[in-house]
Amino acid sequence: MSSTEGFSHESRDPKWVQFLLIGLTLGFVFLLLILPLGVIFWEAFRKGIKTYALALSDRNAQSAIALTLLATAISVPVNMFFGLAAAWATTKYSFRGKSLLISIIDLPFAISPVIAGLMLILLYGIHGWFGSTLQSFGLQVIFAVPGVVLATMFVTVPFVARELIPVMQEQGSEQEWAAVSLGASGWQTFVKVTLPNIRWALLYGVLLCSARAMGEFGAVSVVSSNIRGLTNTLPLQIDALYNDYNAPAAFALSSILASLSILTLIAKSWLEARIDYRSKDKEELL
Amino acid sequence: MSVEVRQVNKTFGSYKALQDVSLKVNSGELVALLGPSGSGKTTLLRMIAGMEVPDRSQNSEEGKILFFNQDVAKWSVSQRQVGFVFQHYALFKHMSVFENIAFGLRVRPRGQRPSNAQIHDRVKQLLQLIQLEGFGDRFPMQLSGGQRQRVALARALAIEPKVLLLDEPFGALDAKVRQKLREWLRRLHEQMHTTTILVTHDQEEALEVADRVVVMNQAKIEQIGTPEEVFHRPASEFVIDFLGSVNVFSGRSSETLKGESKVYVRPHELQISRNSIDHTSISGQVQKIHRAGASAKVFVQTDNDQKVRVDVPMNQLQSLELGIGQQVFITPMQAHVFSPDYTI
Repeated sequence: MSSTEGFSHESRDPKWVQFLLIGLTLGFVFLLLILPLGVIFWEAFRKGIKTYALALSDRNAQSAIALTLLATAISVPVNMFFGLAAAWATTKYSFRGKSLLISIIDLPFAISPVIAGLMLILLYGIHGWFGSTLQSFGLQVIFAVPGVVLATMFVTVPFVARELIPVMQEQGSEQEWAAVSLGASGWQTFVKVTLPNIRWALLYGVLLCSARAMGEFGAVSVVSSNIRGLTNTLPLQIDALYNDYNAPAAFALSSILASLSILTLIAKSWLEARIDYRSKDKEELL
Repeated sequence: MSVEVRQVNKTFGSYKALQDVSLKVNSGELVALLGPSGSGKTTLLRMIAGMEVPDRSQNSEEGKILFFNQDVAKWSVSQRQVGFVFQHYALFKHMSVFENIAFGLRVRPRGQRPSNAQIHDRVKQLLQLIQLEGFGDRFPMQLSGGQRQRVALARALAIEPKVLLLDEPFGALDAKVRQKLREWLRRLHEQMHTTTILVTHDQEEALEVADRVVVMNQAKIEQIGTPEEVFHRPASEFVIDFLGSVNVFSGRSSETLKGESKVYVRPHELQISRNSIDHTSISGQVQKIHRAGASAKVFVQTDNDQKVRVDVPMNQLQSLELGIGQQVFITPMQAHVFSPDYTI
């Protein structure tokens, strides 16, 4: 037993309890997570690499991949910027309604994505509040790419802010004050002092945000109206293919989406290990 | 450079942090702002640094902060060129000690920025000053609390500040280190003569380090004076109570004084004896004796049921042969009297 673990039940619990609990966890994870994920890759390649390649080279499939990447590429930087601004505002300034603002940032977590999609239609649809105004400028939001991007942005709003706020709250603003008193400008303070202190939390938030942006189905489904090759994202395209009984193509695209998620997961665990290492480092030396 | 604060007020919501506070710190002076938490001392310090803004007032002469007779109200924190040291150091964790100290020089606009070689020399000098040569490559996490605070001080000194502001600089350190750093800070001040304002709640620290002590309580200044003055001639009940332990006798029990007045006597200002000395002597019984320390603390329960502490030098304690339950007389050799209308 390693000394860093502190209290461990290992010595007290009977062996069979240990085996039972570990077995249960492993069985559960295998049945519910690993097996389905494995099936996706199995099914994707079952009909051979040729079918797989064919499914991916389909014009609509490629358009779906492109749209997913586009929506992610827009919503992640926007939310990163917003998250930074929101975290800065709520931790460095004091103003009325601050705690309310922090709760509102969490709204997309609480609201069902379908409702989020409906809200967008009510606002930007042809018969919505801003619909006619937008139309007079020749802009179509709903049932078009902008709607897809907007829906993705809506559901990913909390991720970066949520990661940053606790970190920045804990750090307070003394280091920033110190930098300013030493003559640093606002920008120098941000780049040289604030950013290095929050970089891991920021990256973590961005990763979570990306994972969600790529996988979003509900909200996007409502506003996109599933126009293949035009407004279908990867999850929507997969759903459509599956409904067409085109299982091999559906699984082929699923494998792409799953790979993206697994990549994010790997990056996330690597980051967690780093953050963990750093905080342990701190405890030991303080 | 002299620093002056003129009739400053500060409120946070409905909470009054500073009420009509005026203070002048002379050039090259080391002044301590002393008071309990919530007395407004840190707010005053942050205001001088520019981190807080005084409440606006109709009277244009009120609410002013002057550096060398120049109004700095509109100057930003960085324009004021103050060296600020925080209680919890506020070192940049991701930078080495060297880079922490060099920070103020590196962020200067290109025209005024010293060359790399100059920065290197300056940081070396400062590391020598804080007795941490060879620690330049370490990170703040790898230093002890006392070392971190010295780095924070060196970082503040690197920009050659006009005023050095220290906010409870030794508050997070243990007693031994605190004592050492206190002496070191005083020596440093004698070398450099930078105008320094230090905030502390530790009366011993204030009395030992400062040229003058500003005692604050409940958003107001109670007394400004040299350590001798505030200790031996306290201007108010609060000051005598805050600067060390004191026995309080109400007017009635001392009989010599009329009305509601209270008599304050410090434990070392009381004499303890087997026999009554004069009419001010009070009889009582020894309850407890603490022998650890330079002088013994003898706790006496007087006949009118008051608990009194008397500090007795060790040799005197032995010659008196005091024991628990012993009948004794205590006689004030010196007393501070405060009554609602007048003070002595």
